[in-house]
Amino acid sequence: MNALVKDPTVWIDVGAVTDVPRRGARRVPTPAGDIAIFRTGDGQVYALKDKCPHKGGPLSQGIVHGRSVACPLHNWSIDLATGEPVGADAGKGCTPVIPLRVEDGRLLLAQV
Amino acid sequence: MTKERLVVVGNGMAGCRAVSDLLKRDPDRYDITIFGAEPRVNYDRIMLSPVLAGEKTFDQIVINDEAWYRDNGITLHAGRKVEAIDAEAKILRAEGGLEVGYDKLILATGSDPVRLPLPGADLKGVVTFRDLDDVEAMMAAAAKPGARAVVIGGGLLGIEAAYGLARRGMAATVVHLMDVLMERQLDASAGFLLTQAMSERGVETVLGAQSEEILGENGQVTGLKLKDGRILPCDILVMAVGIRPNTALAKAAGLEVNRGVVVGDDLRTSDPSIYAVGECVEHRGQCYGLVAPIWEMCRTAAASLAGGEAAYEGSVLSTRLKVSGVDVFSAGKFAGGDGCEDIVFRDAGRGVYKRIVLEDGKVAGAVLFGDAADGGWYFDLMRQGAEVGDIRETLVFGQAMTEGLRGLDPSAAVAAMADDAEVCGCNGVCKGTITQAITDQGLNTLDLVKAHTKASASCGSCTPLVEKILKATLGDAFQVQTGPKPVCGCTSKGHDEVRKRIVAEGLKSMPAVMQALEWATPDGCPSCRPALNYYLLCAWPGEYRDDGQSRYINERVHANIQKDGTYSVVPRMWGGMTSASELRAIADVVEKFDIPSVKVTGGQRIDLLGVKKDDLPAVWADLNRAGMVSGHAYAKGLRTVKTCVGSDWCRFGTQDSTGLGIKLEKFMWGSWTPAKLKLAVSGCPRNCAEATCKDIGVICVDSGYEIHIGGAAGLHIQGTQLLTKVASEQEALWAICAITQMYREQGWYLERLYKWMARVGLETIKAEIEDPERRRALYDRFAFSQRFSRIDPWAERVAGRDSAEFNPLSRRMEFVPA
Repeated sequence: MNALVKDPTVWIDVGAVTDVPRRGARRVPTPAGDIAIFRTGDGQVYALKDKCPHKGGPLSQGIVHGRSVACPLHNWSIDLATGEPVGADAGKGCTPVIPLRVEDGRLLLAQV
Repeated sequence: MTKERLVVVGNGMAGCRAVSDLLKRDPDRYDITIFGAEPRVNYDRIMLSPVLAGEKTFDQIVINDEAWYRDNGITLHAGRKVEAIDAEAKILRAEGGLEVGYDKLILATGSDPVRLPLPGADLKGVVTFRDLDDVEAMMAAAAKPGARAVVIGGGLLGIEAAYGLARRGMAATVVHLMDVLMERQLDASAGFLLTQAMSERGVETVLGAQSEEILGENGQVTGLKLKDGRILPCDILVMAVGIRPNTALAKAAGLEVNRGVVVGDDLRTSDPSIYAVGECVEHRGQCYGLVAPIWEMCRTAAASLAGGEAAYEGSVLSTRLKVSGVDVFSAGKFAGGDGCEDIVFRDAGRGVYKRIVLEDGKVAGAVLFGDAADGGWYFDLMRQGAEVGDIRETLVFGQAMTEGLRGLDPSAAVAAMADDAEVCGCNGVCKGTITQAITDQGLNTLDLVKAHTKASASCGSCTPLVEKILKATLGDAFQVQTGPKPVCGCTSKGHDEVRKRIVAEGLKSMPAVMQALEWATPDGCPSCRPALNYYLLCAWPGEYRDDGQSRYINERVHANIQKDGTYSVVPRMWGGMTSASELRAIADVVEKFDIPSVKVTGGQRIDLLGVKKDDLPAVWADLNRAGMVSGHAYAKGLRTVKTCVGSDWCRFGTQDSTGLGIKLEKFMWGSWTPAKLKLAVSGCPRNCAEATCKDIGVICVDSGYEIHIGGAAGLHIQGTQLLTKVASEQEALWAICAITQMYREQGWYLERLYKWMARVGLETIKAEIEDPERRRALYDRFAFSQRFSRIDPWAERVAGRDSAEFNPLSRRMEFVPA
């Protein structure tokens, strides 16, 4: 995992898992730019920096399919768990993964 | 030597199982006393569902009858409540002042059903689904003719309860907070099938429903009110929303308790003389509500009580639903996750969905619907951590198929198949039938085999196998087929087949389509989801609910995303006309929201570029106030109707081209089409509105209106072709709407009108439009669909729809120091 912090100690409650639509995403603004929180069709949640490794497109606005999101700008598919492009664009950069925990249905983001 | 005294608190499944396991190991070690809260012998609680459904009687689910207690010298205090445990003195106190000393104690107090603290929860007729009393109350309610039941909770228990009630003749409705039934065990595809199967069995499902209040009259329940205002009338209301470990006694005795009574791997609590098993237990942070882990706990506790060494290391869970004719199995990481991959198999004919999840070449989970016969096998593979790389290809077809072919390379495996091995399950075709047909009748393509033997003619899941048989039989003579281009990698079906079957089979939701057409992925991809969403919307106007998550961002938020993540906003200007007040409102919006760019578009309107996403609803609210609506400049739908000034002003104008453009736009706005649709109306053949490079263009002439179609002026440049000529404005509107509808119904998603025209041929379109009856039918279908489409999406969002889309999830990290 390409986490921004090695040992996150401060976790911040940013909302309920169900606040994020299935096959969708929500944004969490931070001073270092937006974080995107995704929820797959199967209810798994992931957090990435809201920036495509290609041209910086806001991944939170893309279509979530399986465990990937298609960037809204140029349709790169990014793996939600690794932040890496998959398919034709594999190996071309990476979006940072933000540590995310779920506790009692709440989303906890590591302070970055 | 006097025996040690063992006292068991709990006469349920866990308590009795621990005792019977112990008796098997060491029948004479203990004097055993069991306390039970229910005034009955021990019965199989899991089988209450079949009792409710009338498929079993109580006697059939008794595990240990009175003779068992007697024969094993067990003292049973049924219906006597244990009040306290003095752990220091090792004495237990029960109702009526009874005191019993012990050397070893087993807590098997089980769990209590959670009762939601809703107003009205204490009304008569509000029950849980836990013991025989509950079942009897439900059966009594069902005896009344025409009685209705509501079950809160769409988990395993809730579904079984609702099914049982429906079997008893009640109209049952399951109300579930989540959007998928049994979401802890099923993915969305299987959940959809379950909803369908329940509906076929008389159980309706309300998903995403929050309960607000239980309604009653004279102390008796009469209905459930949901947060959205809906009222579901009922004579009985069952709460099946989960269980809570029953820990009161343990807590009062000073034992360590979290959510459940905390035990170590030897099942001892914080007091080494006291064990705990079953649903009251918390082991390694985990509480269990299924039977298999409870059996495992009992085995370990019994071994330890018999003086042996044993360790319980937690359980891997699997679930089966007990609803007749609905075969459901789930285990492990059924929903996938980090580093997992899916193998999906669907058989629409048999209503089967299987998803095997692999991680590091091993089975990590599975969800099976409709055919769960191999559930146990997958579960074994999963628990053994077996490498399945070499059986991957056949894994999803189950144990019989896989074990038969294990270790053989695919072609050898096919050659090794017996002649009477069934290849096509749908049509019952064996390998021998296929090879014989191939040789006898000289078949050399899959289609021919399909036509002659029906192998792979139904669900198609055996297609690869049939191809391999063809290849093995023919060698090089086999010809690979080229069929219509599939919609995407999730399916082998082409657009036409998908569209046709949506209509013919009445498929009205995305999961329904994916199941019926055997999609190879659980929830599609960015190519097929928007396409299916459009096809469904077009086929079922007013009925299908648009799925925002299957729309490209621009259509989801009704604005165009720009390279920096801001949006552009284009208000509609009917026929390219505007006014001072509209322009003033636009100017005000630009200043108020500090919008960086204002641009005149090629479609005769004004584009506001660089609007922040969070500002969109406020920008729209201001534009709405000035009477402007969305221009759909982002839509695979009707964009602009460009016009020239026509006979209003122009000295050459033959007709009121502006007026016709406005009429067309006002009638057609909001419609979704396979790809963007641009119109133009020119007032004379000088064609100042450039109508002959639009999807549909009108050229006004003295004697009427020429309607041209199939132009393009983007990636490709192509002039239109003349479709027809009509005499009146009204006929022009009819014809244009009819063409649009024909394109809406036949076009492939993202296929522009000119490409559709090239595919189906101008003559075909002409024949349809020039036939008054067929034209009228097309027009009627378009007009009907428009009743649900001419709604300003901006105004809806100003009013609060999809508000989550335009607001951050949380602002709590905004000012956190980096």
